[in-house]
Amino acid sequence: MSEPTERKYTKDHEWVDVVGDIATVGITDYAAEKLGDVVFVDLPAVGSTVAEGRVVGEIESTKSVGELFAPVAGTVLEINDAVVAKPELVNSDPFGEGWLIKVTFTELPQLLSYDDYSKLTGE
Amino acid sequence: MTTRYSPLHQKHVDAGASFTDFAGWQMPVRYSSDLAEHHAVRTAAGLFDLSHMGEIVVLGSDAAAALDYALAGNISAVSIGQAKYSLLLNETGGIIDDLVVYRTGDDRFLIVANASNREVVAEALKLRSAAFDCEVYDESDDLALIAVQGPKAFEILGQVDGLDIPGLAELKYYRSVPGTFEPNPPAQHEVFVARTGYTGEDGFELYIAPDVAPALWDAILETGQGSGLVPAGLASRDTLRLEAGMPLYGHELNESIRPAQAGLGRVVSLAKEGDFVGRSGIEAGLPPGSSVLVGLVSDGKRAGRAEYEVFHADRNVGAITSGALSPTLGYPIAMAYVHPSVGAVGTELTIDVRGTQVPASVVALPFYKREITS
Repeated sequence: MSEPTERKYTKDHEWVDVVGDIATVGITDYAAEKLGDVVFVDLPAVGSTVAEGRVVGEIESTKSVGELFAPVAGTVLEINDAVVAKPELVNSDPFGEGWLIKVTFTELPQLLSYDDYSKLTGE
Repeated sequence: MTTRYSPLHQKHVDAGASFTDFAGWQMPVRYSSDLAEHHAVRTAAGLFDLSHMGEIVVLGSDAAAALDYALAGNISAVSIGQAKYSLLLNETGGIIDDLVVYRTGDDRFLIVANASNREVVAEALKLRSAAFDCEVYDESDDLALIAVQGPKAFEILGQVDGLDIPGLAELKYYRSVPGTFEPNPPAQHEVFVARTGYTGEDGFELYIAPDVAPALWDAILETGQGSGLVPAGLASRDTLRLEAGMPLYGHELNESIRPAQAGLGRVVSLAKEGDFVGRSGIEAGLPPGSSVLVGLVSDGKRAGRAEYEVFHADRNVGAITSGALSPTLGYPIAMAYVHPSVGAVGTELTIDVRGTQVPASVVALPFYKREITS
């Protein structure tokens, strides 16, 4: 995957790494930090159709529940089974091993750049 | 509301803590990991800053009698050095706050209230003690509170340089003793030490002047590091108290809840002589059908959380007040108020977890109980 600075972002604190027509999606370190220790991850079924901006999964920490939004419309190509088995990967490596889903898409919506996203979080 | 900061705030900033607003205070929610801090308290020790709590002193020859009238328990029966968990009730017997009362002298009591209720409790105590020969002082700004909790708390506290706690080895649970802390001799500071806590583990709470608190914090951290002590935030404090089945004001306790509903009927002393605020309401008994506090456990990992609804068959029978995936037990636990007809241990219910009905069983509280070794 590309460096975090090269990726796209959403205001819902997700990152999107685009290669061809495949978008890999995860949550940012900022979001992971705000959630606290992630203890449960619920991801959509492989092959399911997702609509942009809709809730497709949940990320639960000891303290709260975060929703996973589909940043792009498309079809779920793959989910990260490793993160389902070890939810703590979301905290330990949010931009890497803690990725959540891969979606095949036909059209990429307007997303934030790394700089825009950094301004959003004030970091 | 102006934001309040603990006298230990800079220590938390330096340690890289994340902060949360709690009753107007910026308090550490976690330092690194909620789970790691939780497990440290269960297996070794955790260090908590609880300086946001309210400390109110009642002083005077009638202090005990005033508190017998103001609070639900038989306070005059508490001996010097003893602590007692008590409740401040309203006229109808609803819970305004839960408190710990320490008797520190014949005519002196220290009352520890929840941060969010500090003013309410201080005002109620002033009002209720007006006819008695005693004074009520809100000393919250003059006291920091540091808690050391966990199976190694005792061993660690006995080794802190400059901290002298007479009779620490003999100090029993819910007992307290005055001690001294001397970080830079010969400057000696008073520290009030109680073997109390809110985690379900053995542990101590230390009350000290705010300006000396950072030195005590550092001294305990340094002493405890080799034993696995870590600073622990409010997130772990919440999962620890939940596992221990301890109620939290604003979740399990509020003015519409009577002690018996919360399983706190024993805290109210109807045997004590004289009237007390809330007595008539308590003596009238609970209206039929009043909800009761129960423990719920589920399989899997999806936890019911505060305000999630609870069902029996298709009937809504109540709601969760606190819930989490238990870090110690590994399965979801929750406390909920349910209709008394479904409150028996073993009753099968379901929790509406964001649209999914998750099966749950009623269990006895607490969910977790430490093994008493001493």
